[in-house]
Amino acid sequence: MKLFANLFQQLDRTTKTTVKVKSLAKYFDTASDTDKVWTIALFTHRRPKRNVKTSLLREWAAEYAGIPLWLFEESYHIVGDLAEAISLIIDDSQQAMDKSLTTYIEELIDLKDKEEHVKKEYVLKAWNSMNQTERFLFNKLLTGGFRIGVSSKLIVKALSKSTGQEENVISHRLMGNWDPSTISFEDLILSESGLDEISKPYPFYLAYALEAEPEDLGATDEWQAEYKWDGIRGQLILRDGELFVWSRGEELVTDKYPEYEKLKDYLPDNIVIDGEILAYIDGKPLSFNMLQKRIGRKKVGKKLLQDCPVILMAYDILEYQGKDLRSKSTQERRDILNGICKNLPQEAPIRISPTIEFADWDVLKELRSKSRALDCEGIMLKRKSSEYKIGRKKGDWWKWKVDPMNVDAVMIYAQRGHGRRANLFTDFTFAVRNEEGGLVPFAKAYSGLTDKEFKEITSWVKKNTRERFGPVCSVHPELVFELAFEGIARSTRHKSGIALRFPRILRWRKDKNPNEINTLEDLENLLTK
Amino acid sequence: MQRKLIQFKERGLYIAPIDTYIDPWRPVGKAIITHGHSDHARRGHGAYLCHDDSVNILKYRLGEDIKVQGVPYDQVLDIDGVKISLHPAGHIIGSAQVRVEYRGEIWVVTGDYKTEDDGLAVAFEPVKCQHFITECTFGLPVFKWKPQEVVISEINEWWTENVRLGRPSVLSSYALGKAQRVINSVNHDIGPILTHGAVENTNEVLRASGIDIKETIRVTPDTDKSLFNKALIIAPGSGINSPWLNKFKNASIGIASGWMMMRGARRRRAADRGFVFSDHADWLGLNEAIKATEAEYIYPTHGYTNVFSKWLNEQGYIASPVETEYEGEVVE
Ligand SMILES: [Zn+2]
Ligand SMILES: [Zn+2]
Repeated sequence: MKLFANLFQQLDRTTKTTVKVKSLAKYFDTASDTDKVWTIALFTHRRPKRNVKTSLLREWAAEYAGIPLWLFEESYHIVGDLAEAISLIIDDSQQAMDKSLTTYIEELIDLKDKEEHVKKEYVLKAWNSMNQTERFLFNKLLTGGFRIGVSSKLIVKALSKSTGQEENVISHRLMGNWDPSTISFEDLILSESGLDEISKPYPFYLAYALEAEPEDLGATDEWQAEYKWDGIRGQLILRDGELFVWSRGEELVTDKYPEYEKLKDYLPDNIVIDGEILAYIDGKPLSFNMLQKRIGRKKVGKKLLQDCPVILMAYDILEYQGKDLRSKSTQERRDILNGICKNLPQEAPIRISPTIEFADWDVLKELRSKSRALDCEGIMLKRKSSEYKIGRKKGDWWKWKVDPMNVDAVMIYAQRGHGRRANLFTDFTFAVRNEEGGLVPFAKAYSGLTDKEFKEITSWVKKNTRERFGPVCSVHPELVFELAFEGIARSTRHKSGIALRFPRILRWRKDKNPNEINTLEDLENLLTK
Repeated sequence: MQRKLIQFKERGLYIAPIDTYIDPWRPVGKAIITHGHSDHARRGHGAYLCHDDSVNILKYRLGEDIKVQGVPYDQVLDIDGVKISLHPAGHIIGSAQVRVEYRGEIWVVTGDYKTEDDGLAVAFEPVKCQHFITECTFGLPVFKWKPQEVVISEINEWWTENVRLGRPSVLSSYALGKAQRVINSVNHDIGPILTHGAVENTNEVLRASGIDIKETIRVTPDTDKSLFNKALIIAPGSGINSPWLNKFKNASIGIASGWMMMRGARRRRAADRGFVFSDHADWLGLNEAIKATEAEYIYPTHGYTNVFSKWLNEQGYIASPVETEYEGEVVE
């Protein structure tokens, strides 16, 4: 547990992704194989079942600390986290002993059918043999809900760094149903598997934001224009009769979009298509909000499949008849893609992202300004002669977005609403990151969410309140929102140095974590526009 | 029931027989001041009485022209039959508990206090009384401090590691009290100690009063920048949140505060390190201090006063919370 507690402390003390990956990789270099497997499991939400009721834990903690239960409850209320409150209320042990993470987890699993007094004896003894951080983590194992700002993406990066395996291979292996109590590290991560090869995606080619005027790009006939769809970038792989879907974050999401399974019947084998995963009904895309409902889910229910079906808005083909097409020109690849998709029936969940005809740049400007009405984010420009590159490269692919006035920010304070919404948290303060990675509050916003979302946020706020100042609660900086605003100006009255005009919540970005929010610098760049 | 010797008035804690307030938060004629922190020592009173070591601090913070009288600890002043004396509170330099005795009734007002001897402020001494007005900023059983040397060695380790990585160590702490406590107890062999202006001004005031504050270097535009990556840089919270911090590229930010006990508070400040380090008493300290007074009536101020009063009532005291405008320990 010491090693794991040490890892936790290092992760908890930094907001920098590179430092987190380094700490994790070092941990994976030194920890025992079973501890490694359990660590991966915990960070990818595969925690063991809870075998002790939290009400009992509260009673035991109060009793152990020699305080009345009400005083424990008050303390818990202030601390805001049960595992932490218990870890603080109990004194550090004088005779620390160390058992491994695996041992503790196995012992906890063993408690399942034990009598209450056996459970109690075990838990008290464990509390007494740990320091505060270890006790906190042990309690987290007991109570579940292991959220400490490490995404599975970071785990993948760290494992790749530690084992030398490619990230997408590891990502693939961490998918699906594996049982941490039976699988070995060898089987989970290291051993070769035939599926690795056929599921392997190509790295995505990513566009830069167009900052110059489009006229600077030269002749219009060198460019292919299409709408920028507001979905999730995805890569569909069909090889040896098996279908895989990857999202941009090196994440295998095949299970989340079962609709695509049908494509096996419509598409030729051994192809790879690049496109947008898009919620789509009756020939029209649905808002990204709709798609978001599916992002967080492991299992998609019937109703959701009906209300929010997806298609693949295809815009490129990377492999055909098993051959890598990336060195061919965009124009050639597009012709091949057109050939494949041309005669597909409506029920095939795939569409071609149409190219836009435009004689001069002014026509395109006009179309771009109206793209919001089509639920698009703007225009994509791709040089017809360009090959498909790796990663974000300047020159050939540009995204030309509408309305740059939006920003991803993290919620740091919540306040109760008035009147009808007096029992909900509806007013929020948001922060972006400064140069040092610290959070700077910069905007208050309220409208823009549904009552259902407010309810969900309210229950989250209640569980994640850190401090109360009258009606205002400060919360864990974890929920990310996209804010829109009408204007931005410098302000000496604000801590951030900027003031926004009419900020409002555009949507709740459940797909983003607080490391991915915008920076103060991003906002300052908007000032000059 | 006869009127209480100390009454809880709109402007502060009021000693009626001599028309004097203790730590009032609105301007009054005569004020006894427990210590120099801004929520206790405010502007605009006609006359100030405080401990000798607080005199210069008050003048520095409130203006040279204030009318202020200093007294040593334990010296009894008899004012119209009311006996007033100051006793060490161990909170910061010059901090005092105020003992008030009149017709056999004894009250003690703690101001802020801690029970651990920090080697800089004169150590806290319990004073027997019947009525005890006590702060309880950290009056919950989750607040438990480690001994000063343990926390200081954590700071030393963090600083040493930063020197090794070649990055500045910026530590946020109160300009008066905690800053000097850190300056005097960290290991000066690790590197130089640089200070924000607000901290250094306070250092100078204290040094001028004859208090031994170890060597520090004020950060100015002319400061040798090659010192930054080796230095421990002490700044108040307001400095940490200002562009001043941009001078120190790639700095690791630490915060020294009792609130750092809680993970949420640490994470919210987006600091790299939180050191649990306070000039207030922890749960155990509060309970021991109260017991040692042998007082029957307890009046908690600052912080979780309702919860703490309920707890004290269960322990057999007669406790009721007092509304004040003191702020406890603030992390900006
Ligand atoms: Zn104070
Ligand atoms: Zn105070």
